[in-house]
Formats: sequence, structure tokens, C-alpha cells
Amino acid sequence: MSARLVRRFTRAERLLHWVNALGFFLLLGSGLILYLPSLSVLVQRRPLIKDIHFWGGIGWMTSLVLVIALTDPRGFLRTFREVDGFDADDLRWLRGRRPAPQGRFNAGQKVNTALTGAFIVLFFASGMILWLGERDTRFRFASTVVLHDGLMFAALALLVGHLYLALIHPATRHALRGMTLGTVREDWASTHHAKWKPQ
Amino acid sequence: MDEPRKYGRGVFLVTVAGGLSSLAWGKAAWSKVSGIVSPIAGAIAPILPTQGWRIYTVSDHMPTFDPATWRLAVGGLVEKPVSLSYAQVRALPRAEQVTTFHCVTGWTVTNVHWAGVRLKDVFDLVKPLPQAGGLQFVSAEDPYVDYLTMQQSVLPEVMLAYEMDGKPLPQEHGAPMRLIIPEMYGYKNVKWLAGINLVQQPADGYWEQLGYDRDAWVGRSNGYSS
Repeated sequence: MSARLVRRFTRAERLLHWVNALGFFLLLGSGLILYLPSLSVLVQRRPLIKDIHFWGGIGWMTSLVLVIALTDPRGFLRTFREVDGFDADDLRWLRGRRPAPQGRFNAGQKVNTALTGAFIVLFFASGMILWLGERDTRFRFASTVVLHDGLMFAALALLVGHLYLALIHPATRHALRGMTLGTVREDWASTHHAKWKPQ
Repeated sequence: MDEPRKYGRGVFLVTVAGGLSSLAWGKAAWSKVSGIVSPIAGAIAPILPTQGWRIYTVSDHMPTFDPATWRLAVGGLVEKPVSLSYAQVRALPRAEQVTTFHCVTGWTVTNVHWAGVRLKDVFDLVKPLPQAGGLQFVSAEDPYVDYLTMQQSVLPEVMLAYEMDGKPLPQEHGAPMRLIIPEMYGYKNVKWLAGINLVQQPADGYWEQLGYDRDAWVGRSNGYSS
């Protein structure tokens, strides 16, 4: 008998996740070509890669806003409230105390979502300041490149942890199904997200 | 706790505020941190991917260097124009220095060991005419050019560098030869040198035509003041 499945992520939520992932990898790839001398030599064509990076960043932000605005804005507002709110069990979970029954998002996922959102804003802001600084000295700050590069390293660290939990860690990798097909096993959900009541 | 606390937005706002405020303190903080971790950084520097450098180019492909065909043409307002081969350049008096390289975008590489030729030794060959007031440095990366005044070109640490950190200048750093003027931001340090023309007065180089300062003094040009 196959396990009963419950819906964890809506189509709109999955679309937002994958649009974000696609944009991030496009910018990470083009950014590393601009950043690492060995890749700069291998690929060359810096003006083209710069254009891809810049317009990729504009496209990334625009598409995230469009997905939220045009698919299910009310649903995203509900999701925002879910990841915004931390109850006593969430705080216990973050301190490593168990049991700490979790909702649809565990506390780590809530922190990851908040940090990812902040990183997107900071990537966009520092990228635009770098672009403007190339054209106008009023936007030229010695620390902009430190911020943009530091964000890359911080985002990469988050990504490595995220990929480990989504693809490798036996207890959590089932969650990937939720972000691809939308559903997860009910027994897995009740173990890892005991306070979540699937609709 | 009855009602969930709104910590999610708190994490978001604190991170954004910290990131944006770092525009004021980020580089200074990084300089201190990198100073503290310098013994570790020094140990792993050879395997670090960038060693602090970024490679900026303005055209699609970096010029390639063939020692058999490369020439450095020095002409313009001079008595004796010359076209030097790589071997002839290497035969000129050798100078060495360890200096810091500053990019106008904010990154810095310290303790770069350069070897090359002083411009005064090139002037001895070509004998500038009295009306020469500046030098045009022409890169093989078309259309990159930049200029220095005659006075700037003979500052003590100005060099035509053919070695970097004990090795022939790599392609991405301007092989076989680049201009080094540590007192000015990197865009004045023309890579892939192909020619030097002595002119009456300096004009705007590649980046200056796009709004950058002609005199790119580190810390006191391009909107920076130290």
C-alpha cells in the first residue's frame, strides 16, 4: 500500500522557489566568471558576461516580483506570516532542544527564508550601486565590492547547507519532493512537521 | 509564549540594515579582520582562487603574446623612435619593487612584487623632444589607451613591468608588459602594452572618457577622499 501524500507547497510557491534558484545560479555562474581570474581567462568575453550578470540581476528581481504579484499574492501573504512567526517550539528547535514540534516550516527554514530574502535585496542594492558607481562618482564606495563579494560567500554557505539537507541528508531529503511535485508523505510530515495540519 | 513573535521580519531587517550600513564600514572592517587572520591567509594564499585580484577587460578577448613577433613601439615627440623586441626590453636595466595595487572599485592587493623597466631608461633611448608634455600608453586591447604627464611618468615607482611575483607577467595581467603606477588606481596601469607615444599634453584615456578622473590618485580622486 502506498503512503498517503499531502500537499506541502502550492504551484505558485514552487514556481517562486525555482525562479529564485534559476536566477541565483545564473548570477552565481556569471559572477564567478567575472570574479575568478582562472575563469576570466578561460571564458573571456567579459563585456558579454557583464551584460548577462547585470540583466540577469534585473530579470531575477523582476521575475520574483511578477511571480508573487501575478500568481497568488494572498497565498504568499499567508506564507509570509508563517515564516515570520516564531513560537516557543521554534525557539526551542533553534536551541537544539527536543521535542520541538514544528509547523509547515521548521525554524531553520524560517531563518533561511528571511536570510535569503535579505540577501536578494542586498545583492540587488549592492549590484546596482556597483553599476551606478561605474557611471557616477556619487555612487562609488570602497566597501560596495566587499559587500557584494561577502554576500556571495554567505549565500554560497547557505546554499551548501540547503543542498545537503535537500539532496543528501536521509531524514530531510524527502522534502525535495514537496518542492518538485508539491506533495510529501503524510507520515514524514507528521514526524518532521508535527504541528502542521495539511489542508 | 502564546502568540508567535515576528522574528522572521526581524532577521530580514537586521540583515538588510547590517548589509547596507557595511557600505560605510565594510572595507575598514575587512582590512582589520584580514590583518588578524593574515597568518592563516598567508598559508592558504597559494590555493585561494583570486589572491585578491579581479581581471577587468574591455574587449571580448585578451591579447595573446608571441615573443617572436611582439614589439613595443615608442615614438611621437622623440628624436629617435624605436621598436623594441621582447629581448631588447628585457636587456634594459632591470628594476624591482614591492607595491600595493588599488582598484577604483574598492579592492586592493598588497605586496605585489614587480620587475621591469623604468621609463627614464626608455627616454634615454628615444630622447624626448622639449615639447613632449605627456605619454600615451596604447594597449593591444583595442581601444584601451591612457595617458600620464611627463612628471608622473618618472615618479619613483612607475614601471613598465614584465614580471609579477617572480614570474613572467601572466596573460590576464597584461603579458608581456604593463604600466605600473602604484600611486594611481588600476585603470591607469595599462595592460598589454603595445606602444608608447610622446605627446604634447595628456588627453582622456578609455575610462576617463566614461567619466573617471584623469589624475587617478589613490584615495583622492574619483569621489574618494582619505
